[in-house]
Amino acid sequence: MPGKLKVKIVAGRHLPVMDRASDLTDAFVEVKFGNTTFKTDVYLKSLNPQWNSEWFKFEVDDEDLQDEPLQITVLDHDTYSANDAIGKVYIDIDPLLYSEAATVISGWFPIYDTIHGIRGEINVVVKVDLFNDLNRFRQSSCGVKFFCTTSIPKCYRAVIIHGFVEELVVNEDPEYQWIDRIRTPRASNEARQRLISLMSGELQRKIGLKVLEMRGNAVVGYLQCFDLEGESGLVVRAIGTACTLDKLSSPAAFLPACNSPSKEMKESPLVHPPSHGCRSTHNSPIHTATGSRLTQNFSVSVPTLIYTGMGSGSAGKEGGPFKALLRQQTQSALEQREFPFFTLTAFPPGFLVHVGGVVSARSVKLLDRIHNPDEPETRDAWWAEIRQEIKSHAKALGCHAVVGYSESTSICEEVCILSASGTAAVLNPRFLQDGTVEGCLEQRLEENLPTRCGFCHIPYDELNMPFPAHLTYCYNCRKQKVPDVLFTTIDLPTDATVIGKGCLIQARLCRLKKKAQAEANATAISNLLPFMEYEVHTQLMNKLKLKGMNALFGLRIQITVGENMLMGLASATGVYLAALPTPGGIQIAGKTPNDGSYEQHISHMQKKINDTIAKNKELYEISPPEISEEIIGSPIPEPRQRSRLLRSQSESSDEVTELDLSHGKKDAFVLEIDDTDAMEDVHSLLTDVPPPSGFYSCNTEIMPGINNWTSEIQMFTSVRVIRLSSLNLTNQALNKNFNDLCENLLKSLYFKLRSMIPCCLCHVNFTVSLPEDELIQVTVTAVAITFDKNQALQTTKTHVEKSLQRASTDNEELLQFPLELCSDSLSSHPLPPAKAVTVEKASPVGDGNFRNRSAPPCANSTVGVVKMTPLSFIPGAKITKYLGIINMFFIRETTSLREEGGVSGFLHAFIAEVFAMVRAHVAALGGNAVVSYIMKQCVFMENPNKNQAQCLINVSGDAVVFVRESDLEVVSTQQPTANCQSSCTEGEVTT
Amino acid sequence: MTSELDIFVGNTTLIDEDVYRLWLDGYSVTDAVALRVRSGILEQTGATAAVLQSDTMDHYRTFHMLERLLHAPPKLLHQLIFQIPPSRQALLIERYYAFDEAFVREVLGKKLSKGTKKDLDDISTKTGITLKSCRRQFDNFKRVFKVVEEMRGSLVDNIQQHFLLSDRLARDYAAIVFFANNRFETGKKKLQYLSFGDFAFCAELMIQNWTLGAVDSQMDDMDMDLDKEFLQDLKELKVLVADKDLLDLHKSLVCTALRGKLGVFSEMEANFKNLSRGLVNVAAKLTHNKDVRDLFVDLVEKFVEPCRSDHWPLSDVRFFLNQYSASVHSLDGFRHQTLWDRYMGTLRGCLLRLYHD
Repeated sequence: MPGKLKVKIVAGRHLPVMDRASDLTDAFVEVKFGNTTFKTDVYLKSLNPQWNSEWFKFEVDDEDLQDEPLQITVLDHDTYSANDAIGKVYIDIDPLLYSEAATVISGWFPIYDTIHGIRGEINVVVKVDLFNDLNRFRQSSCGVKFFCTTSIPKCYRAVIIHGFVEELVVNEDPEYQWIDRIRTPRASNEARQRLISLMSGELQRKIGLKVLEMRGNAVVGYLQCFDLEGESGLVVRAIGTACTLDKLSSPAAFLPACNSPSKEMKESPLVHPPSHGCRSTHNSPIHTATGSRLTQNFSVSVPTLIYTGMGSGSAGKEGGPFKALLRQQTQSALEQREFPFFTLTAFPPGFLVHVGGVVSARSVKLLDRIHNPDEPETRDAWWAEIRQEIKSHAKALGCHAVVGYSESTSICEEVCILSASGTAAVLNPRFLQDGTVEGCLEQRLEENLPTRCGFCHIPYDELNMPFPAHLTYCYNCRKQKVPDVLFTTIDLPTDATVIGKGCLIQARLCRLKKKAQAEANATAISNLLPFMEYEVHTQLMNKLKLKGMNALFGLRIQITVGENMLMGLASATGVYLAALPTPGGIQIAGKTPNDGSYEQHISHMQKKINDTIAKNKELYEISPPEISEEIIGSPIPEPRQRSRLLRSQSESSDEVTELDLSHGKKDAFVLEIDDTDAMEDVHSLLTDVPPPSGFYSCNTEIMPGINNWTSEIQMFTSVRVIRLSSLNLTNQALNKNFNDLCENLLKSLYFKLRSMIPCCLCHVNFTVSLPEDELIQVTVTAVAITFDKNQALQTTKTHVEKSLQRASTDNEELLQFPLELCSDSLSSHPLPPAKAVTVEKASPVGDGNFRNRSAPPCANSTVGVVKMTPLSFIPGAKITKYLGIINMFFIRETTSLREEGGVSGFLHAFIAEVFAMVRAHVAALGGNAVVSYIMKQCVFMENPNKNQAQCLINVSGDAVVFVRESDLEVVSTQQPTANCQSSCTEGEVTT
Repeated sequence: MTSELDIFVGNTTLIDEDVYRLWLDGYSVTDAVALRVRSGILEQTGATAAVLQSDTMDHYRTFHMLERLLHAPPKLLHQLIFQIPPSRQALLIERYYAFDEAFVREVLGKKLSKGTKKDLDDISTKTGITLKSCRRQFDNFKRVFKVVEEMRGSLVDNIQQHFLLSDRLARDYAAIVFFANNRFETGKKKLQYLSFGDFAFCAELMIQNWTLGAVDSQMDDMDMDLDKEFLQDLKELKVLVADKDLLDLHKSLVCTALRGKLGVFSEMEANFKNLSRGLVNVAAKLTHNKDVRDLFVDLVEKFVEPCRSDHWPLSDVRFFLNQYSASVHSLDGFRHQTLWDRYMGTLRGCLLRLYHD
């Protein structure tokens, strides 16, 4: 009996009128946890009842504390008939279970009903008394902290990054149970909400157990998803990265209070070896796929060609002894792990050594009813297969680890596409082991690794390359080899040198598919997938070149399956990495060279493309240093060569199809126009409109090249659904529709947010779904942040850059000139070679970049405002405390769609309500912001003929407390830097 | 390709002031889009008409959802669904409760009932204000009236507290409520030259001096109703014109004081008895509801029009009224000095405001 949960119901307000006769309500509250229920008195005839109840006490196991949500139901008392429910509040009490987070949950919660939406508010106080429990066989994992943030949280230090944790639980979907035919929609929705809440709790507890077994104390980059498999059930799965975190204010690393001490873990023979601990609950790593009728498997890796039988990449001769040592250490550290995956996208300095490229795997499965919810082996085996594949892809790239790892599914009827992707990488072992040699290793690292360009250097063996690539010597250090382009799923490393600004790059693609059943359908999809991957990749590459850039970060390729089509949407942030070679242009080649007018047309197109590239270079301020070939001393590139689709069919046992998606040539990228399709492609390249002036967009955390954010942020969600005219749809028409949909959506966003100019849309996250035959739904969540135009070109000199400047003495002179010019006009002048802007991001301790900005004029933060952002930080502010994760699931249904303003009115109101409920929960925890906020699911279904609609939304994020930098500085002006002081006084004068 | 669904939801609710105005003015989405296009916004921003359409729809939907809350502004402050900065909340409320001069002149002093609502169509046609906007303004008047009708205490304070309006707007609403409650006639042709501001000025003076609240703020009754006892007492003033000696004495006192100071002295001298009779009779008649309603008609007929036909300048009117009220203190036989001051103090203020072309 290790916990006591105490709940007090204080008051209600703005309740709906439940008694038409009196225009009032006789409200009372039921408080339920597990199987215990308490009731308050009935507060007669009031819309603002004051219950002021006693403390309701629940004595429960901590296992239940983790799994169960607290359920509060507000009802209207009725003497003669059944009491009417007004609505419910579910409170996840998990944040109260670890010592550093919230101590009490207290505040106004919206009372939510799945049919009527929010109906008033209720004031609740919740506390938990936990007793220490040293039983090592216990099933709970209280005390393990969870973070959605995919980097080390701001006020923590990573002592050890243990690695991948995953778990999934399955159940029958209440919506598809027989009882659903006789119960009300409300009862069905509530059963679903409750079940998912329970399953998430259970999942979190199980993941926590795995973390404890690995001797970690936290999960970072926790991503939980639902698969609504319909008839075959409901899957809740989660992945994350286990870490041992150390709070920065307290120097020593302590495990949370209720945790069993690590000594005991060592003594226990059960937890050894660690490799076993990773997947404890299901012992056999590979299950026989009994449940799936379809054994056909399919995978594509991008952008690599996998040579079968290629060994794990040994260090090349240019690597030097240190590199080899590093590799060995990393290898040994990672070999213990079944899956050396990390869901992080940003890393402590020095963690990331080399990046190989994007690895991805997909697999098409046929869903079958889950017969036994306690044995989710089929789903487990599916994911295990995919992860194995990812692991082998990474190996082929000479990498031991995968970072920026994520998994997703797309389901249509009984077909399910499982996808996983990440970035193959070589990691620094010092974070992966107990930090015994930490000190000396750190020293050596500082000396030996040119961290700014190191991650660009190829991890694979030059003589035994996994795919044809064009290597040159690094444009930064001139010592190591780099590829001509680099694709990754991670955020831009903080110490990377970038020239100019970045931009959002999207590849969009549709493919029609015949309607089919079961195996035939799955086979058809499997056959289409490689072509889609290839085309998406081609589009990305073309658009990247058109922008004059050479690297993609935050790449996310989403393939969505529908009844009669497949959609592919890839988003990434393009940048120009100074370490990589200048991208070549795009060359157009015609097939019929004899036709004169055709030639003319081609040359016209070529001119347009060249113009666009030039324009983009100016727009994004890309002016790389001109360095003659002799100085670089790189091998002279081979003569121009046409890109070709190389396809090698390896007849491996599991029928792995592999594609070469690397387009050969560095300085000239050739597009062959041999049919109308290709023509269309070129046209569509040129129709992409750049954002209006003053706007930038990216899908990474921050925009490369902009570092002077103001505190003005606006997070938003925008949803659009279009209906295709079903008559003779062609791939081209479909592509155009989809392209227009995305472009128009972006245009609308730019227009709506025009008052925030100069502004950048960060973390732009597109999600595509195909709810019905002719419907395409696109959901976008992003945050718009205003930046200070006048300081837009301010460069902060890191110690690394200083050394660079020392090397070239005349740099200082060159720097000053353009700075003067650009400070008063935003017009992009061609910048001198030294104009390499280092993307500066907060170091874990300092948050130094914020100091350099002038204090925001409107610092009067009003009470009750809760900020929401998909980013892991809040501009101009410092996160002082993490209060726990927010993970909420809501269903809303209506049978009076027209009366609620149609589909738009319905969904608009629902999303606003979801935001409100998230904010209320954060406020009740004592927080004032949600960071790393994500809307993971927004499933919308309508039936206008029946005047009905239903929507399911799943959101998550980290509740935090932040303090404005300006407030901090006012409080502690004892030791301000020169910069800080000036900004303080400025702020005071203006306000 | 048709858009089935198209929404934008911000964590902070976006409010476009221009679109809000169009919405308040009662334009349909189509009309609003057309008006926005005409404003040149497309050229400024490089947006397309489709973008504008979607943006307008979105704002209209937001406003529609906010309207329920705007009906009880304190709800807007306490609700959790829309996160709106306080300054924006104030703007939303203030604009929502703002009204058109042309409209308020049409309904001022009329009973705020359903019967009047049918006339909104005519008002809309007459004023060129859209029916939707008329309806909003009328409903606002009615809503404020209903909420403060039975309340104690200061009318302006009550309105401010329950509708969170600015001081200026709350005073205007106090006037509207006061006029509606006492049903003052303001629509007659001869009153057309008066603005809402003129009436609001008079209303404020009357609330301050002629209501129950004016005498004792602790009273159960409040600012909306005129002090019945006071109105009854006003009959006593009749002696000023009924008693010939008193009237003559009053006249001579005024004439002596004003001789040589008034440009229209002879006209004043000739008209004194008529004017005085007019002003005192207005007071004496206020016991009847019917005559209360006609207060402004009477004041214009009995005082403003005669003076205006003789081309009195405003400064002369002021001299005359000051002297006319003050001289009564020197009338030995007259015992109702306080009553006279309470009546004439307010009336003088009103008359001076009403006296213009």
